[in-house]
Amino acid sequence: MDAIRALIVDDSSVMRKIVDRSLRQAGVNLSQVFEAGDGGEALSVLEENQVDLILCDINMPVMDGLEFIKRLSTMENAKAIPVVMVTTEGGEAHVVEALSCGARGYIRKPFTAEQLKELVIPILAGKP
Amino acid sequence: MKSVNPQQSGDDLHRDWIPLLELSTREVFELMINSHLSVLEKPMEPEGPNITSMVGLAGRLCGVLSVRCQEKAAALMASKMLGVELDKVGPEIADALGEVCNMVAGNFKNKISGMGDGCMLSPPSVIMGNDYSVHSTADTPSLEVGLMFENMPLLVSLQIHS
Repeated sequence: MDAIRALIVDDSSVMRKIVDRSLRQAGVNLSQVFEAGDGGEALSVLEENQVDLILCDINMPVMDGLEFIKRLSTMENAKAIPVVMVTTEGGEAHVVEALSCGARGYIRKPFTAEQLKELVIPILAGKP
Repeated sequence: MKSVNPQQSGDDLHRDWIPLLELSTREVFELMINSHLSVLEKPMEPEGPNITSMVGLAGRLCGVLSVRCQEKAAALMASKMLGVELDKVGPEIADALGEVCNMVAGNFKNKISGMGDGCMLSPPSVIMGNDYSVHSTADTPSLEVGLMFENMPLLVSLQIHS
């Protein structure tokens, strides 16, 4: 697999590190990892950087994950980037809303690197 | 921590949630911290927990879920979550315990039918120290789960506003 650039969006710096490590454990070859503490910061990162994958929490201050992916879908240079939600919000309505907003996948915390792998690898391989 | 509400081990209505609360906690520690929790068999040591994380629940289920432990236990959690040596852990302790509490709360509500969407979580708050009082409007006894994390006590409690 080619090396990719990932953006991890979570208000917990500890969780950002866990997601980073889990991606590496899942066999994802990361050339660069950007971090953001909320959706607004994530949009700022995307204004200046190109990424291949976004992993995003839902419950965050300032701009939550759902608002972030709605904004993302209007950005010509970023709307094609696959987004995977990584969140404690596990209700069906949240999943449906996230997917309808453009998220490509959804994983509930707590999770294992293996679960993340099963979700992320097909997405990076371009499978629906 | 002191509470103005006498704490019991849960009312009849919610007593069957105690195993779910314990399971939710165990899953978080096993999946995210790679640690198996054991049952709290002995009374709390005199020094007791001195760090508390709280997450509010609102909607179909209203209340507060808290996780309490000693700071050295929270530091070890942070160390394991970050994958760094214990002596390298600093201000991440509060963030780590807050995220543990957040995941326990989310995992717990997702195990109860209808709560996944019907109950929202607040961002976690973390209190350092143990000389504080909680004034809650909870009108039912709290659900309490006592566990051991790496031979250190871990108390999870859910105060419910019915």
